[in-house]
Amino acid sequence: MEWETVIGLEIHAQLATRSKIFSAASTRYGAEPNTQACAVDLGLPGVLPVLNAEVVRMAVKFGLATHSSVAPRSVFARKNYFYPDLPKGYQISQYELPIVHDGYLDIEVDEDTVKRIGITRAHLEEDAGKSLHEDFHGLTGIDLNRAGTPLLEIVSEPDMRSAKEAVAYMKKIHSLVQYLGICDGNMQEGSFRCDANVSVRPQGQEAFGTRAELKNINSFRFVEQAINYEVERQIALLESGGTVVQETRLFDADRHETRPMRTKEEANDYRYFPDPDLLPVEIDPAFIAEVTQTLPELPEVKKQRFMDDYGLSAYDAGVLTATRELGDYFEAVVGVSGGLGKLSANWVMGELSGALNKAGLEIGSSPVSAEALGGMLRRIEDGTISGKIAKQVFEALWAGAGSADEVIESQGLMQITDSSAIEDIIRGVLENSPKQVEQYRTGQEKVFGYFVGQVMKATQGKANPKQVNELLKKMIND
Amino acid sequence: MALEAQEVEKIAHLARLGIDPDDISEYARNLSDILAFVEQLNSVDTRGVEPLAHPLDATQRLRPDVVTETDERENFLRNAPLTEAGLYLVPKVIE
Amino acid sequence: MHHKTLVELGAGLRQGAYSSEELTRACLDRVAMLDNQLNSFITVIEAQALQTARDADARIRSGAAGPLTGIPYAHKDIFCTRGVKTSCGSRMLDNFIAPYDATVTQQLNAAGAVMIGKTNMDEFAMGSSNETSFYGPVTNPWDSETVPGGSSGGSAAAVAARLVPVSTGTDTGGSIRQPAALCGITGLKPTYGRVSRYGMIAFASSLDQAGPFARTAEDAALMLGAMAGFDPRDSTSVERAPDDYTGGLNNSLQGLKIGLPKQFFGEGLDSGVAAAVEAALDEYRKLGAVITEISLPNSQLAVPTYYVVAPAECSSNLSRFDGVRFGYRAKDPEDLEDLYKRSRGEGFGAEVKRRIMIGTYALSAGYYDAYYLKAQQVRRLIREDFMRAFEQVNVIMGPTSPSVAFRLGEKSNDPVTMYLSDIYTIAVNLAGLPGMSIPAGFAADMPVGLQLIGNYFEEARLLNAAHRYQQVTDWHTRVPQGFE
Repeated sequence: MEWETVIGLEIHAQLATRSKIFSAASTRYGAEPNTQACAVDLGLPGVLPVLNAEVVRMAVKFGLATHSSVAPRSVFARKNYFYPDLPKGYQISQYELPIVHDGYLDIEVDEDTVKRIGITRAHLEEDAGKSLHEDFHGLTGIDLNRAGTPLLEIVSEPDMRSAKEAVAYMKKIHSLVQYLGICDGNMQEGSFRCDANVSVRPQGQEAFGTRAELKNINSFRFVEQAINYEVERQIALLESGGTVVQETRLFDADRHETRPMRTKEEANDYRYFPDPDLLPVEIDPAFIAEVTQTLPELPEVKKQRFMDDYGLSAYDAGVLTATRELGDYFEAVVGVSGGLGKLSANWVMGELSGALNKAGLEIGSSPVSAEALGGMLRRIEDGTISGKIAKQVFEALWAGAGSADEVIESQGLMQITDSSAIEDIIRGVLENSPKQVEQYRTGQEKVFGYFVGQVMKATQGKANPKQVNELLKKMIND
Repeated sequence: MALEAQEVEKIAHLARLGIDPDDISEYARNLSDILAFVEQLNSVDTRGVEPLAHPLDATQRLRPDVVTETDERENFLRNAPLTEAGLYLVPKVIE
Repeated sequence: MHHKTLVELGAGLRQGAYSSEELTRACLDRVAMLDNQLNSFITVIEAQALQTARDADARIRSGAAGPLTGIPYAHKDIFCTRGVKTSCGSRMLDNFIAPYDATVTQQLNAAGAVMIGKTNMDEFAMGSSNETSFYGPVTNPWDSETVPGGSSGGSAAAVAARLVPVSTGTDTGGSIRQPAALCGITGLKPTYGRVSRYGMIAFASSLDQAGPFARTAEDAALMLGAMAGFDPRDSTSVERAPDDYTGGLNNSLQGLKIGLPKQFFGEGLDSGVAAAVEAALDEYRKLGAVITEISLPNSQLAVPTYYVVAPAECSSNLSRFDGVRFGYRAKDPEDLEDLYKRSRGEGFGAEVKRRIMIGTYALSAGYYDAYYLKAQQVRRLIREDFMRAFEQVNVIMGPTSPSVAFRLGEKSNDPVTMYLSDIYTIAVNLAGLPGMSIPAGFAADMPVGLQLIGNYFEEARLLNAAHRYQQVTDWHTRVPQGFE
């Protein structure tokens, strides 16, 4: 039987605020345990929550950027359950009336396919603390620094049909929240994490299969692996006559498998109800208009502009707008180079990306500044250096040897364009190769390449190749 | 609506309340009485009535995103029954 | 000295007739001498109180004294007080030393009032008789075999017995007004949102409101002036400056329209209480008020509505008491679930457990709409009744409680009967309106309270009506035998 995979993602993006969602404690990562857990975060008797204005603004930004509706009235509810990292015994979240709902995002599945993924809702909630399982005499330690950190939970429609699509969607959201400046996207620190709802159904069947929820997957690679494993597991199970159980499963990155969570399975009854300590959040059109003014250029718009302004292909424009930093870098290079869009795109996506990948660096920490790269491209354009020599210059720039002009100067890489100088060299080459000259003249034109090579060798590659060709052709036939 | 002992146990578990087995039947009786008493609400027609969240129908005020809390860990830890290395300790949590 | 009102004591302090230290010492001595009969205090903080009093004396000498500076008061043990045990009447918090001050505590501190201790109360404010306290019941100063009312029973008894001139309370369903009535003193529950809830241990968040106990309306006005105000730490606090609560106390009541809800005078009202209330209303007629009958058709639904809303909210509010970060923790838990269940099972008393279970049930899957949502809808209907009534009248009056103080143990085994003792007070909380109870005579030698209900933020009007009544009656000056 042919099976179809159905995937929906719940992404938790930590909002990049200074203070927590309901308290004035810092959200800074990595502090000593419990030093950033104030009375409100600890749920001390008598404390009360007050909503951070910035989280509302950030959620509205996300809503606007995903063609979503921003609710004129949204409500915080309590999700009641007992867990040691949940100090109050309930999590404040949005349940019936989320702040953002009914939007979408287009993803590029491959070079030719764009797919629209529905966003069901995005709601605000508080993060829990952390349980530390290293041994405290057989006990678990609780650090509540993270408790109360604002989260935006972004819930997609079950619109994805493969792990690849899920990854493309997750990357797109990851890029978007960073574009918007509402999340730092740091997956190692847990600022951006994802749960995946995965099910399979026979091709052509309309009803969804029973889904498993894969919890807390914190890298793009793991999302793909976890989903692929889970899909195989479910298909194998169904094909052998079994049934999929609706459950929560954890992805084990070491074993490359998912397994049911060992917490006692009981029917969760979260007893949601509106939090009486908080009042309905009202958002008026004037506020939405104000936030709209502050939105940065969004990836889709930027992509189209790159295509229009720089003549880039959709694919290249897509790659260069994948992150805000990469787009900014590219545009800086174009600016310095004097408007060389295509050449800049080739170098940023080619030589530079390759080198960064190899070194495991992000664009933000590139050893070659946009200024330096743009300066070098200007020298290619004005003929000072050839494309080939430029690779040599780039290596020097990478190694920190200064600006392109300094490298060209100090290493004598300037292209030779003086015709008489090139003619002198050609003359020497022809004199030293009587046999090859004879071969050429008897019709073996392939030997022409040999002369070019010799001339370039004699000039250490600095001669203008086009000029060499022209002069050589003329002189050899004389 | 009369609650059976079994339901009382289920509710007590949801609320993580240890109840002495000898007391279950009395709780069942008390809770049933209370539920029977509140049952009269069902006779009221509330179609189209907006639930009341705040008596003044006020809306949420927003706080500026400013950090004003300082580290009070030692002050807070003093009330904790069991701590170590700045952490609150609980029996092993199994995931 | 203990018969003097706050107003009189304040004047004495500022004139130098005595110091705050002397006054505080006198209160402490009286507590030491008499409270073993009442059990109205859980904690007395002698050394700290005397130090605060000396600071107040310095402030008085410097000429920077306000009306409360140097005045001793008793604080309900539901308010967090930094460095002082804050038990909420529960074994759960028997070992809890609050690490911060409630906003109300801060405000009273700032006014220079001198806290001498924390008063006994029903556990987590759940009760109408003070019998659910982990620290044992409080007795009524008028008859040691009867209850003082609840949940703020300790605060009411301490003022009635002249141990302190004023005290604080909280009122979720009548917990200020009912004990004020049963103990023969003045109690005021302000408009919801008028006094900050920050640092007041929550019972039912959408109903809880703090207010003062005093012997006179004038004293209550001064206390309210210090307690009221906007608090940025409480989202439900109203962004509106407090009114001048004393300026209009002597305003004429000529033409004041008083509404009597017919539902408050029906079956279940003790005849002695009814007679006292009628007599009080006659006084108001003499003061120029016009009295008309009104109807609050949904008020009969107030108690059942309350017993869904309050337990639902409390079931969630009390989840934080889990034996991890503060409070009672069971010995040698086997695992996490055992830690939770035994800490909560042993830390909470029976009434608290009952309410948590009712609330848990009302919020659980399949029941939420039928109970909680329904109750919040009925709540709006109850509020609309009041809004309609206030289109016709300025103040609503009636009995505070259907009977005078009942005997200890009389209702403690029957929750529903106990709940009905708040039948006239609960609707006011559901609507979030301000309400007062003032002494209005006696029935069977026990005090009767007259309840005054105002429109939103009309505390000043209630205080005015109460004050004028107290100018022409002396019920509020009566002292229980043994506490003269």
